[in-house]
Amino acid sequence: MSEATHTTPAPDGGPAGAHVLPTPAETTKLGIWLWLASDCALFASLIATYLTLHGQTAGGPSSQQLFDLRLTLVSTFALLMSSVTMGVALEALQKNDIARLRRWLGVTALLGAVFVGLEINEFHHYTVAGLWFQRSDFASSFYALVGFHGLHVSFGIAWIVSLIVFTFRKPGGITRADHWRFEMASLYWYFVDVVWVVIFTVIYLIGKVG
Amino acid sequence: MSFSLWLMVGIFIAVCIPLVYAMIRFRERKGDRGLPPQIEGNHTVEIVWTVIPILICIVLAVPTIHDAFVLASPPAGSNPLVVDVVGHQWWWEFQYPGQSVVTADEMHIPTGRVIELKLTSADVLHSFWVPTLAGKEDTVPGVTNTMWLKADASGTYPGQCAEFCGTSHSLMRFDVVAQSPSQFQAWISGMQNPDVTPTTSAAKAGAKLFQEYQCGSCHTIDGTSANGLKAPNLTNLGERQVVVGGALQNTPADLAQWIHDPQSIMPDTIMPAFSTLSDQQLNDLTAYLEGLVPQK
Amino acid sequence: MATLSERMPAALERSATESRIWSWLTTVDHKRIGILYLVSAMIFFVFGGVEAFLMRLQLMRPDNHVVSFQLFNELFTMHGITMIFLAVMPLIIGFVNFVMPLQIGARDVAYPRLNAVSLWLFLAGGLMLYSSWFLGGAPNAGWYNYAPINTGGVLNPGSDALGISFYVLGLQIAGIGTLLSGINFTATILNMRAPGMSLMRMPLFIWTTLITSILIVFAFPPFTANLALLMFDRLFNTGFFDPSKGGNALLWQQLFWIFGHPEVYILIMPAFGMISEVIPTFSRKPLFGYSTMVFAIVVIAFMAFMVWSHHMFTTGMGAVVNSIFAATSMAIAVPTGVKIFNWIATMWGGRIRYTTSMLFAIGFLFCFVIGGMSGVMLAAAPADYQFNDSYFLVAHIHYVLIGGSLFALFAATYYWFPKITGRLLNERLGRLNFWIVLVGFNVTFFPMHFLGIDGMPRRVATYPPALGLSFWNFVSTMGVFVLTIGILIFLYNLRQSLRTGEVAGADPWDARSLEWSIPSPAPEYNFAQIPLVRGRDALWVEKQHGDGRMLPAQIAEHHGEHGHDGHEGGHAGRHLVHMPSPTPLPLIIGVGAMVAGYAALYKVWWLAILAIVACFYGIFRLMYDKDPGYYVEPKGDVE
Repeated sequence: MSEATHTTPAPDGGPAGAHVLPTPAETTKLGIWLWLASDCALFASLIATYLTLHGQTAGGPSSQQLFDLRLTLVSTFALLMSSVTMGVALEALQKNDIARLRRWLGVTALLGAVFVGLEINEFHHYTVAGLWFQRSDFASSFYALVGFHGLHVSFGIAWIVSLIVFTFRKPGGITRADHWRFEMASLYWYFVDVVWVVIFTVIYLIGKVG
Repeated sequence: MSFSLWLMVGIFIAVCIPLVYAMIRFRERKGDRGLPPQIEGNHTVEIVWTVIPILICIVLAVPTIHDAFVLASPPAGSNPLVVDVVGHQWWWEFQYPGQSVVTADEMHIPTGRVIELKLTSADVLHSFWVPTLAGKEDTVPGVTNTMWLKADASGTYPGQCAEFCGTSHSLMRFDVVAQSPSQFQAWISGMQNPDVTPTTSAAKAGAKLFQEYQCGSCHTIDGTSANGLKAPNLTNLGERQVVVGGALQNTPADLAQWIHDPQSIMPDTIMPAFSTLSDQQLNDLTAYLEGLVPQK
Repeated sequence: MATLSERMPAALERSATESRIWSWLTTVDHKRIGILYLVSAMIFFVFGGVEAFLMRLQLMRPDNHVVSFQLFNELFTMHGITMIFLAVMPLIIGFVNFVMPLQIGARDVAYPRLNAVSLWLFLAGGLMLYSSWFLGGAPNAGWYNYAPINTGGVLNPGSDALGISFYVLGLQIAGIGTLLSGINFTATILNMRAPGMSLMRMPLFIWTTLITSILIVFAFPPFTANLALLMFDRLFNTGFFDPSKGGNALLWQQLFWIFGHPEVYILIMPAFGMISEVIPTFSRKPLFGYSTMVFAIVVIAFMAFMVWSHHMFTTGMGAVVNSIFAATSMAIAVPTGVKIFNWIATMWGGRIRYTTSMLFAIGFLFCFVIGGMSGVMLAAAPADYQFNDSYFLVAHIHYVLIGGSLFALFAATYYWFPKITGRLLNERLGRLNFWIVLVGFNVTFFPMHFLGIDGMPRRVATYPPALGLSFWNFVSTMGVFVLTIGILIFLYNLRQSLRTGEVAGADPWDARSLEWSIPSPAPEYNFAQIPLVRGRDALWVEKQHGDGRMLPAQIAEHHGEHGHDGHEGGHAGRHLVHMPSPTPLPLIIGVGAMVAGYAALYKVWWLAILAIVACFYGIFRLMYDKDPGYYVEPKGDVE
């Protein structure tokens, strides 16, 4: 046994020089990533539920009958464009052009609001056409998944608005040390966009065509 | 099961021996100074005690997977008798589609023949379990599950619901009555030819009460106008050993108590309480029901 | 040398400027939050024990009438919910909260205020659940609450209309708290270790905390989704789980167990970590095979997501699915078994001290192995057709949960009590505690193996005398009386030792990790100076190769306006530590969640929305408020 055994090694002198611990901003970013990972698991569960139940139309309208891809393409376009404008806003931040940052954050929030507005309109239209929340399991799982995503967009809009307010109210103006706040919001916004692409494909494209 | 049980007992002993030895041999004793050798590991030993459990798992997995497949289909060339089993809150319904027989509480089967059970539920999850005959299978509403069992010896095998299903889950029992093929055939004939004509005066009065109180809107008695589907089939009730989902022995007194105050026996059952019936009326009604037997 | 009264735990010190209760309600200190978790969890544990006690009284004799069927169903439901969600999990989170930052040489967790939010959400959910007893009736369909009976109405007669809705909302709220803790602890361990503490130098308790936290991050969301779907079914009449509406009763089970199986690993992995601290300390040897132990933990966590359908072997999924999950479920026993051998090997050749903590650790080894053995038997799907939903299963779960998690928690309590309070738990009472609990536990639960093999299903409020189940049921109930006495002795020991226990120094056990390098009880700022870690078993390295004290690390100042990780500051030459300020915002968020929960329960929608808006207000304030913090001057860190 003795050849293969090993015992406590002598310590090293430790890492040389002063240690740079991760900054609070970096640690917060890590937290946001972890939260988004958990959110992925949540969306995955709702998507799995939708895939299990979307065929149960209980005699009510089905996805083929109901979906009008034209409007959904408009709202999808709005949301995708909002990611572009978010990128433009961040670029302005890098150049320390706060006025431009505010403008493009505003456009982003606006596009997000367009998305949510069109989605509410779409829900209303379906409800009137016979697909209310409890109509069938297809209805319930559709509204649960898409609605949950819509809530995410809405929270994102509130977050962006709060950032715009922050740019006005922060004493001393926006400095390098504040950049992480905007980067985190943009990360969240892109995430919400990516999830939409998945939802759009699973629900709308497959639901209409597949 | 025996194999895995003894294997596990063996592993437990194999773990205990070095543990107990270490506990005794390496305890701190008075006068101990300094530290024991600060050994951090030994690759060879660790590999050995990783490989051995993997081998044990493989050994276990082979019969496991084999048995899983064996149990998932009927034995070859077995000509099973099909019984449709429906779980209700809190009683078991047994339908014999090939023989046009429906009953409850007791499932009669012939010995020596494979029985194919098609299991479903009318409400919530239940689980069909006769421990002395076979493993269990859940009854899922909206789904039909299939399992097979066979009784070699005749006798009564107690069964019980094994998936929590509500207030009186613990009372949801049943019996599997295994009989010789000829006795089973006799039982089937009896179920197909019930004698529903009351003979005694008490039974006649009971029959009238049965009509008057519309028991037939929930219960079925073959050969009469009673054709309800919400409650156990009462055909040939007189020859059953257990009633009320297996919760009661089939005696007139217990039956009367059930009709008089079902909640006292099976809380939250949907059976209404016929508490206004007098003792005489209960006597008549049970006489009628206990008189439901096969034609001679 | 300071007397204990002069050196009251900083965590318990009365603050000069604010009321004592308010300081606890607004704390963001991980040590205080840990204490709050531990105390609350112990109270819930007692409730869960009472529920079990009543059940065993009912089952002592056949056809017994101690409690009604309906009450029995509520009892076993609340017992399961309490022990899993409101006792064992918060006990674990409490210990992690107190010990983990100390063991990695940090001043607090990554997000101290979010930590407090987690605590208040847990309490909100737990109190909501327990209020159900007084508000019409508790949930009554088991701790896993299968569909479709969980949708209520005519399918769950005798249940109060609200009953299971308490389950839905209470666990949803508490679950969010747990999820946030998972995120918090992961970020803390990844980012806030002291310099020199690489991943492979972390104490094993930190590894298990890290892996458990990652499990939480991925396992809780499916439960969140599942609860939301059930909430829609119950409150808004959808039909996700109702086959008559096209729904799928088994969907609940699938989503539940995708959460539920990792959940039970969340319950046991920290126990593995605790045992991995106790056994080396009291064997005076390092943990045997550290790398293997780490690898085993990672493998177990990974596989935890691949075994869930072994809870569903009898639902009719077919031989292929059953075989796959049987194979994975057996396979997961391998890394677990390897750990057992490593712990024994740690003791081998050591110099074992039989403190109460060590006794519980050894008790864990025996009892958890029994639980593991019954687990492997259950993993064999065809055998499970007999064992599932029988008392054999009840035996298994209690051997791993009590013999495993709870024994480890006892070991952890006796081990870390001095670090938390500055006093030692009484060893004589501790030994009594151990032996009586060990005997009582085994007398209660070992016979359940026989009952299961004899065909007794679980969750039955009674059984007929003719089935031959009476004897072992009686014996089992007798065991409960003994177990109860053991628990009472423990509670008495706690109470006495808090007042008059022997004063502990910084390192009463001659231990190996960083928390033992600071005074007992731990000071408010944890470390006077962030330590430099020079190897695995950081303190032991200094004992073997240094002077037994940690060398200070040199931390580069980073200039940032955000956040407080307790960075060092210099003011006129004095060494000061910057601490985060207490805040009532987490409490507001917790209260808001609770109000929203009750509002949803009683369908007062305007109030629910208002309360949720209040929660988000709290969240936005947390995002943007500048926390000035305050400075603390560390006292000498020598006893």
